[in-house]
Amino acid sequence: MSPNELSERVADALSYARKRGASQAEASASNNTGLTLRVRMREVETLESHQDHSLGVTVYRGQRRGSASTSDLSSGAVRETVDKALSLARFAAEDEYAGLADADRMATEFPDLDLHYPWDLEAEQAMDLALECEAAALDADPRISNSEGAGVDTGESAFAYGNSHGFLQSGRSSSHSLSCVVLGEQDGQMERDYDFSVARAPEELTPVKEVGESAAERTIRRLGARKIRSTRAPVLFAPRVARSLVGHFCAAVSGRALYNRASFLLDSLDKPVFADRVNLNERPHIPRGLASRAYDGEGVATADRDLVCGGILKGYFLGSYSARKLGMETTGNAGGAHNLFLESTGQSYEELLAEMGEGLVVTEMMGQGANTVTGDYSRGAAGYWVRDGAVEHAVHEITVAGNLKEMFRNIAAIGSDVDRRGGIYTGSILIEDLSIAGA
Amino acid sequence: MNKSPDPSTFEVQQQALTLARGNLLESADLGDPQLDRALGALMRPGVDWGDLYFSEYSGESWVLEDGIVKTASHDRGRGMSARAISGEKSGFAYSDDLDPSTLLRAAKTAGAIARGGGRGRIELRREGASRRLYAAGDPGDGYSDTSKVELLHALDREARAADSRVRQVIASLSIARNLVLVCSSDGRLAADDRPLVRLGVTVLLEQNGEVRHGVAGWGGRLPLADLVAADSAGEYAREAVRQAVVNLDAQPAPAGEEIVVLGPGWPGVLLHEAVGHGLEGDFNRKGVSAFAGRIGEAVATDQCTVVDDGSMPGRRGSLEIDDEGTPTGRTVLIENGVLAGYMQDRLNAGLMGVRPTGNGRRESYAHLPMPRMTNTFMMPGPHDPEEIVRSVKKGVYAKNFGGGQVDITSGKFVFSASEAYRIEDGRLGAPLRDATLIGDGPTVLTRVAMVGSDLALDPGVGVCGKDGQTVPVGVGMPTIRVDGITVGGTA
Repeated sequence: MSPNELSERVADALSYARKRGASQAEASASNNTGLTLRVRMREVETLESHQDHSLGVTVYRGQRRGSASTSDLSSGAVRETVDKALSLARFAAEDEYAGLADADRMATEFPDLDLHYPWDLEAEQAMDLALECEAAALDADPRISNSEGAGVDTGESAFAYGNSHGFLQSGRSSSHSLSCVVLGEQDGQMERDYDFSVARAPEELTPVKEVGESAAERTIRRLGARKIRSTRAPVLFAPRVARSLVGHFCAAVSGRALYNRASFLLDSLDKPVFADRVNLNERPHIPRGLASRAYDGEGVATADRDLVCGGILKGYFLGSYSARKLGMETTGNAGGAHNLFLESTGQSYEELLAEMGEGLVVTEMMGQGANTVTGDYSRGAAGYWVRDGAVEHAVHEITVAGNLKEMFRNIAAIGSDVDRRGGIYTGSILIEDLSIAGA
Repeated sequence: MNKSPDPSTFEVQQQALTLARGNLLESADLGDPQLDRALGALMRPGVDWGDLYFSEYSGESWVLEDGIVKTASHDRGRGMSARAISGEKSGFAYSDDLDPSTLLRAAKTAGAIARGGGRGRIELRREGASRRLYAAGDPGDGYSDTSKVELLHALDREARAADSRVRQVIASLSIARNLVLVCSSDGRLAADDRPLVRLGVTVLLEQNGEVRHGVAGWGGRLPLADLVAADSAGEYAREAVRQAVVNLDAQPAPAGEEIVVLGPGWPGVLLHEAVGHGLEGDFNRKGVSAFAGRIGEAVATDQCTVVDDGSMPGRRGSLEIDDEGTPTGRTVLIENGVLAGYMQDRLNAGLMGVRPTGNGRRESYAHLPMPRMTNTFMMPGPHDPEEIVRSVKKGVYAKNFGGGQVDITSGKFVFSASEAYRIEDGRLGAPLRDATLIGDGPTVLTRVAMVGSDLALDPGVGVCGKDGQTVPVGVGMPTIRVDGITVGGTA
């Protein structure tokens, strides 16, 4: 279904909702198509063809709210969905904060974010790419003993969003990815690791051979891993896991956690929450950005913002509902953050190892283990032990623990080795003095 | 391991099949001739076998916060998929449009995975599970929307009444029904009408500016009316408050290896992570699991017998048939310490030359099936639970857990304690702050020194993620003593 067809469905849902007595309404629809091909041990393993669509509607009867969604976008099914939402709204309570975002906050400018690069990928071509990727990994080192495979994924979406303020927008986007997971074996010990690439445009993907070789290299580096004695030491979070620390920050300054007082960063606006060397910015309009949006999930215009300046918290992530609950204004974050950049303090990865001297590099984390209410942090980890600024041996079956509040204040450096594969852009993060539990 | 069909319940299975045919096939002009044509397109030369899968989902959820029901939502979806298997290869196509031409196109796309060979005409036969595990019909029947709202208010009231320091209560209710129909190239035609209900309560409690939370929930595959009759809302609301209160006084957990006593029920998530995933057939066929090729070897002390059972009435992880139409049953994974078997779907069972165990599951029609757990638990042992705690001079007692995760290749797994206490001289001491426990799956059960007699299953709220697919599961365990597992605290 095209963006125009989806817009028509959305408009139909909205006008029907008004006709049936909704005082306000909003609806969104999307259509996704794609192809996934996976190979394993130099043979095709799966070929999947995807096609799905859905429409969701939220209606208000005064201050009462109801929602419904459907995967059937026929006119009859859409209207039934609206009726269902309206009937559920009767049972919701009057909520003085409920309602659409204010009309004067609707986006009026729609910059071309350059998000749509369809890839007319035939199964044969996908197979060649995946086979080459996995072969690069399997052939990289004799210790690479097995594979969980390599995959190529391509997807396109059309979407539309509208509400009863008269806002109605639609668009298209694409996302393509490559991935590879291989196993290594040494002295009876098996380890695995992976690498991947993801981009809006196929030509921006990392060459398949590099992805495969990198997956193999990472796996080899984990061989010989051992448990270490419990200790306290500086910990360097490699970029692929460092972004989870930014994620914990986002969870703690999101509207719902704040108005429920379920956050370790309550009442922290304009106060230092990070070390003074930390700056975090949101840039929603990056061309081809993986989290770029011109408007948020309520139609509110997104804009560049500085969230953390010199370690001081300058903003929250709010939609209109949580903003009203907190007596504030929406920040255009209904549905989440849009491209976050944690500024580097300038050091390369090697310089950070040297700065750390002796300590732990974490390259993989396991489990949830972060409590947004208290900030208590305890997660499974694997990585390398570093001595005199150089990797000594791989480490596994350990945990790193602390409290996020203190960890954020103890950020000693942020590397220039930025990982661009997601909505959070960060280099390695060095944190002084964390508790490591092992043998 | 599967039970053979019991003719006396054949009629019940027919009800699910009749309903599924009506809702999923006849409403979309799909009859036997259309299914046959689609299977024909799917079974291209070189395809060993394949299936068509249809499902219809409807669910509603209600959320109370700030003492009012703020949102009620309803979701509905249906669709179908076609899968073709050729050796180790799978071709797969799905769509949320249900009509003969889309079905035929999906079947052709999936069938294109293979080349060479042939097929004859397929005779469809109706098949099903040997028994009914859950009540037929809409699990919300007999419970009006007004009563659902009142139920959430009862949770809110009970929680606030339990302790004056409660500042916020978030209560939620979800009711879902998933009707599935599987039609496979060996002629199997089977259906399952699956209810799933869940209630949850989170409380936030504040004292001197310090906030703590507590969580409780319960559910299963049963009518909401039965779920609420069986367990009082007050009991769970008070349980959430109790956990939050305990957390107010929690001290930093130790860092390092400790003797850990795990309480009964939800701590069974240990089994799910430490051994469950590693015993799924796909990982073992491919040789990527730390347990691969180890059937018959001792992987636990002889007190440990671990099973996966998808055929328990009303349990959250249960299914009458799995998503490939195989009746579920009880699979012994570890018997008296010895690795006894893997959990299998059809593809991996076929390639490994064993029988499917009814563990072929998928999140929806938009996903390929794979071997998954259902309800995974350890059988009770000889010890009195109090005796187990008394036997520990210094250690940790863990009563409640959040989630966990495993690296099936290295065997390392984690699970996060949300309620734990120090054990000193055989007695429970101070409560401990949240800490992740990390261990090694293939060896952790060899450190199980004592198994209690108090087997309990979790209250029915678990979900399991694998390869991007989420399915409801159950876990269970008696009290056990593990002599050495790393506790990830700070003290």
